[in-house]
Amino acid sequence: MLSTDTDILATAEAWRDAGRGVALATVIETWGSAPRPVGSHLIIDQEGNFLGSVSGGCVEGAVIAEAADVIEDGKPRVLEFGVADETAWRVGLSCGGRIRVLVEAVA
Amino acid sequence: MRLDILREMNRERAARRAVILVTDTADGTQRLVREADAEGDPLAAELAARFRSGKSGIVEADGRSLFLTVQVPPPRLVVIGAVHISQALAPMAQATDLDVTIIDPRTAFATPERFPDVPLLALWPDDALAQLPPLDRYTAVAALTHDPKIDDPALIAALRAECFYVGALGSRKTHGRRVERLEAAGLTSGQIGRIAAPIGLDIGAVSPAEIAVSVLAQVIASLRQDRRRAPA
Repeated sequence: MLSTDTDILATAEAWRDAGRGVALATVIETWGSAPRPVGSHLIIDQEGNFLGSVSGGCVEGAVIAEAADVIEDGKPRVLEFGVADETAWRVGLSCGGRIRVLVEAVA
Repeated sequence: MRLDILREMNRERAARRAVILVTDTADGTQRLVREADAEGDPLAAELAARFRSGKSGIVEADGRSLFLTVQVPPPRLVVIGAVHISQALAPMAQATDLDVTIIDPRTAFATPERFPDVPLLALWPDDALAQLPPLDRYTAVAALTHDPKIDDPALIAALRAECFYVGALGSRKTHGRRVERLEAAGLTSGQIGRIAAPIGLDIGAVSPAEIAVSVLAQVIASLRQDRRRAPA
């Protein structure tokens, strides 16, 4: 079964209560054909464990890498991914869409 | 996100109350607005529209780019009748992330053996519904007992609560008698007209499991109405 928003945000709370550093990533904007709707969540802990998704697998790796820095310095960031992105070869969206993702620490 | 805001969002979700998280995308500052408090908010009109649509998104206000995370209660399916169709419907509905509860006062039907892993209330609908979070626009109700004593009170409660889906098992003739009873109970023709009856999409379903598929498809079609293509 897929994890629902209920599981994701409840798990974020449980991870924090267990003393883990947690970042929350949220899809805030999409253009064209994007795999996950605006408002979709992904949570990441400082070890790189994650739950949820922002793209169906295409850019999760990059978001998880960025999350480590967000947990470290507590500063939110907005990441943008798309075929026009210079990193397209590595983490572009094969569907041709573009997405913006807000990554923030849960503190 | 502040931990206290996250906790509040989780509490509100568990209580089936809608909230909107307003995030300034430039600096990450946030505030949480409950549906009951939205009226006096500077973003009142925008928030009201978002609570209705359930859609998250960006809004520009006073030169700031704000992201609105709209959190509406998770969709729920209340099934009246611990019958064969329900035995097939419950696990399928759970697999599509519906929060399922079964209600049937007949204790011979409503047994954990017949319904493993599904919340089950062996009570009359009025008593059972009083124990659950109130019926709301994010709840679907499927009445499957064929018994007016059990189905009717649940249907009346579901229509008054504006549940997003209300379906009732039974032939057209059975439904005709049901319409008369619901009119006598004071429901408007607009309310009664919202009942899906005979229940389920017309896929020619025969077996209980097939009928469950047709009911679940109809529930999903109602839930995702705004995403459906206009009929050709």
